[in-house]
Amino acid sequence: MSKKYETVIGLEVHVQLQTESKLFCGCSAAYGAEPNSNTCPICLGLPGTLPMLNKRALRFALQASRAADCQINQFSKFDRKNYFYPDLPKGYQISQYDLPLGYDGRITIETEEGETKEIGLTRIHLEEDAGKLIHAGSVGDSAHSYVDYNRGGVPLIEIVSEPDIRSPEEARAYLNALKQIILYLGISDCNMEEGSLRCDANVSLRTRGDREFGIKAEVKNMNSFRAVERALAYEVKRQEKLLDAGRKVVQETRTWDESRQETVSMRGKEEAEDYRYFPEPDLMPLEISDEFIEEIDDSLPELPLEKKHRFQEQYDLPAYDAGVLTQSRELAKLFEESAGKYDDAKEVSNWLMGEYLRLLKENEVEPGQDELNGEKLAELLELIEDGTISSKIAKEVFEETFVSGKAPGEVVEERGLKQISDEDELAEIVAGIVADNPEVVEDIKGGKDKAIGFLVGQVMQETRGKANPQLANQLIREEIEKH
Amino acid sequence: MISREEIAHIAELASLKLTEEEKEEFSEQLSDVLNYINKILEVDTEGVEPTYYPLPSSNILREDEVTNQDRRQEMLEQAPDKEDDQFKVPGIEQKE
Ligand SMILES: [Zn+2]
Repeated sequence: MSKKYETVIGLEVHVQLQTESKLFCGCSAAYGAEPNSNTCPICLGLPGTLPMLNKRALRFALQASRAADCQINQFSKFDRKNYFYPDLPKGYQISQYDLPLGYDGRITIETEEGETKEIGLTRIHLEEDAGKLIHAGSVGDSAHSYVDYNRGGVPLIEIVSEPDIRSPEEARAYLNALKQIILYLGISDCNMEEGSLRCDANVSLRTRGDREFGIKAEVKNMNSFRAVERALAYEVKRQEKLLDAGRKVVQETRTWDESRQETVSMRGKEEAEDYRYFPEPDLMPLEISDEFIEEIDDSLPELPLEKKHRFQEQYDLPAYDAGVLTQSRELAKLFEESAGKYDDAKEVSNWLMGEYLRLLKENEVEPGQDELNGEKLAELLELIEDGTISSKIAKEVFEETFVSGKAPGEVVEERGLKQISDEDELAEIVAGIVADNPEVVEDIKGGKDKAIGFLVGQVMQETRGKANPQLANQLIREEIEKH
Repeated sequence: MISREEIAHIAELASLKLTEEEKEEFSEQLSDVLNYINKILEVDTEGVEPTYYPLPSSNILREDEVTNQDRRQEMLEQAPDKEDDQFKVPGIEQKE
């Protein structure tokens, strides 16, 4: 981080809302349909058609606004943003200009130092997405482009932050926090690869202590949170160099080139930034009552950060554990179900953060798509606690339950995995192994106590891991005494 | 008075190509229109809520239901050019 300059970042995030139909027409909003199969006269802007607002999209946008602590414009309206581009069939985008649904909100992030910081939100508004342009041929010389309007008219919310972000790391933390909230609300899948979450950034530098902002560049086309962090880091360095050389930052739009890992100027956009907004005459305004806002507030789930703090308190978990467990709503739910049935919450947390997350990754599934539930995890932990199985065997059982949903007790029974804690049974096995390894026995007698580990290993191997290791150790010592 | 430069800018935004005579002509006409509209500024609107819509209607909403079938052939017919279920448009200089 530069000592001389302060980084100032503001982010604009577009989130596609997971509705069944588009924002203003009855076309399906599903991703991945055949080109143009989800189009109609309304979303193609044919003359004489009238848009009508999707109730659920409005609800989702209000939920996002309230979850981010926004005030609501109780009189709100839509406006036309006018520009020409082939992905926009009407020649304008229906958006919101001066009366966005939500304004003056905030998102709390946790910095790497573990401190919390509030990032202000200027606004959250509802708008329609554009279609998808496919360029034929190579860059620059393509004679034609193709357009798929399936995405055109799909509902989006645009979330605009204040220039409160002070580093690329904070930008990433902000995006993570925002995504988590949206996922908790269940209003979008936030899949960046499929474009359901997109992010543009405004970046500028100012000399530390200055009040006024420096000249900003807008960075677009960052396709992952990691790309955002890298693009911003690159941009900060680039501007630093310019300023240090006594040159000026040009106000412009730059695109992140993932393969070259640098931002590149997109010339010629300056003239077009004159959108001539005016009220959309085809849509009636919105009047949002106090009761409706109250109803929205009541519908909000416990949000990630609240949940995290509650987990730390209620279950006495370290901040790290609570953070990991509340990353997804499903995972948090699984934790609470398990911890409700098994009283060592930290042990539950260890299994979820360890084995469970490992298996999710290995099987490429999300929490909730596996067969484990709280009752089954609690049962498994009981089996370890009462000595029925060793923790090593427990991992095998856990995996089976994760995949098939079979109760742990059943898996142990079926596979004969019960720990051998029966002294007579184990003593017999131990006697055999001690007899088979006279040299090792001599070593132990000669003072090489560590060699006993080898014999314990042999016992575990012979019993396929089912021997109670402490008991095996004790019995081996007793057996050696006899020799 | 709307200058010829402003007319040129507005025409550019609207993707219109105007001749010099047309710019002159529209500069005068749009100035007249604007002057006429500007009379409204003489009215004292202190304390009056802005009127965005002439109709006393609000909250016209529809349920979130898919009601449309696949009409892509019919839709594609509306366009001057198409290819394999896609709308075909003149090449756009790739900005990326
Ligand atoms: Zn449609």
